[in-house]
Formats: sequence, structure tokens, C-alpha cells
Amino acid sequence: MRNAIEVKDLRKRYDKGVEALKGVTLTVGEGDFFALLGPNGAGKTTLIGILTGLVYKTGGSAAIFGHDVTDDSSRAKTYIGLVPQEFNFNIFEKVEDIIITQAGYYGIPRSEALKRVEPILKDLGLWEKRHEPSQKLSGGMKRRLMIARALIHHPKLLILDEPTAGVDVELRRQMWTFLRKINAEGTTIVLTTHYLEEAEQLARNVAIINKGEILVNEPMQGFLERHENKKLEDIYISLIEGEHNDKQL
Amino acid sequence: MTTSKMWTAYVTMMRKELVRIFRIWAQTILPPVVTTSLYFVVFGKFIGSQLAPIHGLQYIQFIVPGLIMMSVITSSYMNTVSNFYFAKFMRNIDEMLVSPMPDWLVIAGFISGGVMRGLIVGFFVLVVSLFFTHLAIFNIFVLLAALVMTSVLFSLAGLINGVFAKGFDGISIVPTFVLTPLTYLGGIFYSISQFPEFWQKVSLFNPIRYMVNAFRYGFLGISDVPVWVCFAVLTGFIAVFAGIILWLFQRGMGVKN
Repeated sequence: MRNAIEVKDLRKRYDKGVEALKGVTLTVGEGDFFALLGPNGAGKTTLIGILTGLVYKTGGSAAIFGHDVTDDSSRAKTYIGLVPQEFNFNIFEKVEDIIITQAGYYGIPRSEALKRVEPILKDLGLWEKRHEPSQKLSGGMKRRLMIARALIHHPKLLILDEPTAGVDVELRRQMWTFLRKINAEGTTIVLTTHYLEEAEQLARNVAIINKGEILVNEPMQGFLERHENKKLEDIYISLIEGEHNDKQL
Repeated sequence: MTTSKMWTAYVTMMRKELVRIFRIWAQTILPPVVTTSLYFVVFGKFIGSQLAPIHGLQYIQFIVPGLIMMSVITSSYMNTVSNFYFAKFMRNIDEMLVSPMPDWLVIAGFISGGVMRGLIVGFFVLVVSLFFTHLAIFNIFVLLAALVMTSVLFSLAGLINGVFAKGFDGISIVPTFVLTPLTYLGGIFYSISQFPEFWQKVSLFNPIRYMVNAFRYGFLGISDVPVWVCFAVLTGFIAVFAGIILWLFQRGMGVKN
């Protein structure tokens, strides 16, 4: 089985000297449901930014399905669907137009995009809203719109950066069901979230990153068993706090 | 990305931009048409009727090509600067940046949007001008080439401005303090040959002078400078600005970390 993501000794130092990634190495297998966890400022979004071409790396390498994100970025990008943390669509455009335009950027003709958009919007409960300007959608609907936009080109790798932030419990559960479904259909999923219950429920493998370094990278089940089946949240807090105390000493 | 996919992506950008231009026509098309109409009325009819002919032409006939060019320049520039800045501000530029489109294609999309708006506005201003004066076309090829190349050049300039703009002030400073003075001093309302010799020499450094003259030549067959010089200046500026914007995009300036 190929690796969906292969990152080796990845480094990122921003212009102001902040070292966001300090030699991160990890792999995500094809078909995996992978949780990338860490506190704010840990380096999760920087790592995602490098994988998706929004951030330049300063060292190491990263590849998507074997295609280097720097040297073969165009090919690497065709495999990725990104759901960013912040809403970043044009609020004046209609739901359907946002998705069809995104398809066009991947070279999918409008006629084909129109066929693809219906099942995706129906799956995500947005079909009735397809002619609405996106600014009229509720927060939960906007989140789902970003997922729909990321899926229109049928990516093999879906990266979700805190997709359920600010979403109510019922809707979050619906999104879990949807994500499980597309993962079962073969889409590799990388999820970052601060809802650790969500990661515990969904992910088969987990990595915890803090201050630009990977602290943990192993199967979720084994990780929980190794910590006497405590809740992921408890293990996570002890890990992050332990790291903080070590640094202080 | 294959050529056909790149073409689809390019058409998508064009379509999106065309829809946007007409959706907000009261902001994109109407203002320059109304403003230029006022120029036709005030300078062309009221004041122009009292002025002596220039190069044997009525004053309004002389200024129409320059006024069309002025609206094309402003519209092309404002389209790319505001469009790019807002895409950057709202982060929907990421929709393009995460896609497999190469940098030059994204640039081409923005530039084509600027050209499209410039030409649409130019067309409407031309139609309005016909209510005020008769216009013949001396050389359609020179006219169209000058129009499109000027629009490309100022779309590129707007895009460069958009890359560097860090706030809403940043998208209005250059149009207000650079573009407008250069346009007004670029020979729209007068022939440069009417200037004292010193100011004629100074005006050689104003690139807009060459564009207005090339366009005027296409309509009226008169120009203060040889037409080939006008096109050489246009080509040179386009090459330099295209090189700059490609370099800025490749460095991710303003949009990537």
C-alpha cells in the first residue's frame, strides 16, 4: 500500500525567526483515518500549509502519494482536498457556484461539475440551499460547504483542519457519519481537531505534535491500550503538560 | 495539469469574473461611464465648443479617444487590484493556490479579468461618446492593439499593487496619487505639442502619453509620437511588469508564508 503522506525531517522557520516545525517525520497510509492533534501553535496548520502548497518549507521533504510537494506540486495538489480552519469562500457567491468554480480550477468542465455537485450537496444536506448566497448559510452549513468544495474533484486525500469547530453536537455526529462513509469508500482522511473525543471515535492512527515536534505517532488503539485505556483527552493533557514541565526544568 | 484542464481552469476564472462584473455592474461599469459622460458634456460640449481646433479636429473629437483610454486604464487597474486584494483579505485566493493551477495561469486569470472589465467599460464609454460626436476609425488594428495592450499593462500594474497592499488604503494610494496625475498629464485633454519645450521633454517619461497617442492614432490618424515608439514602450512595460508579477507569485509574496 502506498503512503498518502510521507514527511521526512520537515522544517519551517518563519521570517520572524519562529521555528514552527523542527524536523517532523511521519507517514499516513493510503485509506487511513489519521488524527493530527496538538495545542494551538503546535505546528499543525503549518504542516497542512506545506502539504497543500500554502506555506514554503525551509527544510526536509514532503510528498503526497509519492509526488513531492515542491518539485511536483501540481501533481501532488490534484490528490488533495482541503477544508481549512477559517471560512474562506466568497460570501457573495452562491453555494453551487463556489463548488463548481473550485471544480473548474482542477480542470473539471462545468458540465461534469454540475453532475458531481448534486450527490455531494445532498449528502451534506445543502442541496436545498444551492442557489443561496453563501453568506446566508448558518455556521454549520458553511462548514459543510467547505467540505463539499474540497470533495468536488474527488480527492484521494482529504485534509480537515478543525472542521467541527463551533458546530453543535448533532451536526458534529452527522459529519462524523459522513466522514466515516467517505473514508470507507477509500478517501484517506487527515483530521486536526481540539475535540479529542472526535479523534478517538474516528481515527485509526494518531500523531500528537507540540512546539513543532512529534511526540506520538502510532495506532490509536495501541496508544490508548498503552495508557491503560484512559480517555484520549486525559492522556493528551498529561503528555502536553509533561512536555511543558520538562521544558521548564 | 494537461493543456485541456488548464484551458478549463482559465475559462472558469474568466466566467467567474464576467459574472462578478455584471452582478455588481453599478460598481464596475456604471461609475466610469457616468464620469466620462460628464467629461463629454462639460469639456467636450460646453468648453470644447469655444476652443480652437486641434490638428484640424473639433476639441471633443480630439479628447474622446483619450477619455475612452482613461476609463479603460482605471477600470483594468482597479479590477485587478481590488479583486486580488479582496481575495487575499478573505483568503479565497487559497481556492486557487491549493489547486494544481500553475502560477502563470492564476496570473493570466486575474489579468484577463482586468482586461475584460476594461474592454466592457471602454465599449460603453465609446457608445456614449457617439451621442456627442462622430468618430471615424483610421486604423482598427492599431486601435485594438493599443486598447488591449494598455489594458493588459494596467491589469498587471494593479495586480502588483494588490500583492503589496496590506490594507484598504494600499489599494487606493497608487490610483489616487500616481495613476490619476499620470493620466491627466498624459495628453488626454491636449496635444503635447501645445506645451513649452521643457514640459514636452518631461512628458516623454509619462508612459500613459504613449498609450493615449497610439489609441488616438487608431481613431484619428494623428499622434504626438511615432506609433511604433508607442508600441515599443507598451511592449517593454508589459514584459517588465509580467516578469515582476511572476517573480512575486513564485515567491508567494503577500499570499504564502
